Amino acid sequence: MNTPEPRTFGPITRTDFVRYQGASGDMNPVHHDELFAKNAGFPAPLGVGMFPAGVMASWATDWLGPENLRRVRIRWKSPVFPDYVLTVSGQVVREYEEDGVAMLDLELAVTTQEDRVSVQGWMSFVRPEGL
Amino acid sequence: MVAPKSLGAEGTPFEMDIERGKIGEFARAVHAEHPDHWQGDHPVVPATFLTTQFFWEERVAGANPWALVEMSQERGMHAEQEYIFHGPPPRAGERLFARSRIAEIWEKPSRSAGTLTFVKMITEFRDAEGTLRAEAILTGVETGKPPEAP
Repeated sequence: MNTPEPRTFGPITRTDFVRYQGASGDMNPVHHDELFAKNAGFPAPLGVGMFPAGVMASWATDWLGPENLRRVRIRWKSPVFPDYVLTVSGQVVREYEEDGVAMLDLELAVTTQEDRVSVQGWMSFVRPEGL
Repeated sequence: MVAPKSLGAEGTPFEMDIERGKIGEFARAVHAEHPDHWQGDHPVVPATFLTTQFFWEERVAGANPWALVEMSQERGMHAEQEYIFHGPPPRAGERLFARSRIAEIWEKPSRSAGTLTFVKMITEFRDAEGTLRAEAILTGVETGKPPEAP
């Protein structure tokens, strides 16, 4: 099984956060309102965590097919801010059968330009035919 | 501040239509490029798409029990999120019947951000026959003070 290359995205922008917030419906101002974010003690709008998490999950569903997804679990480890460059990587950690269906478990991570882990992920897929 | 009395609160049920245009908009926002998000009459949802439950529950009074948690917008944040699909993920054209509940509240000390208060909300999504199709498990955390930026 050939694991795809890590995917690098960014430098991420306030526009990325706003686009994600508009799509998701989470309009917390700490993710786009500079003054609100600074008053809350952040140096800039705090990256909306579901944005890098969503990009991380997309890396895996682009590879294994969104139809095959059965579980995605996301844990945030450190915040991201505008101008960060993020990298998604992942690997298959377990192959098994569940109720007669071939399954794959993945472990994934989003890391920053300083190699700090921002997001950890775990995903389970039905193994695509022919893979 | 997190209100401990919100534990066990259950939202009123709400419906969520899985819409093709919303799938495309969301897929673009999370860089999901698989053609199954775009092609055919019934594209499949991106992995974290069920977060758009926000749009549906906010139109139904009392649907989102998270409001009862009273977590601070400045010091509250998302710690973990999970989506479980009991079979293939939903596709455009489906109507899901959802209900959220505050399932757990617990505290944990931390060195850099004061006492952390965690809250877990579970939303169940069922089809018209009542079959459980998916679950969204949101874990929020409120810090005692703003976390230090890196």
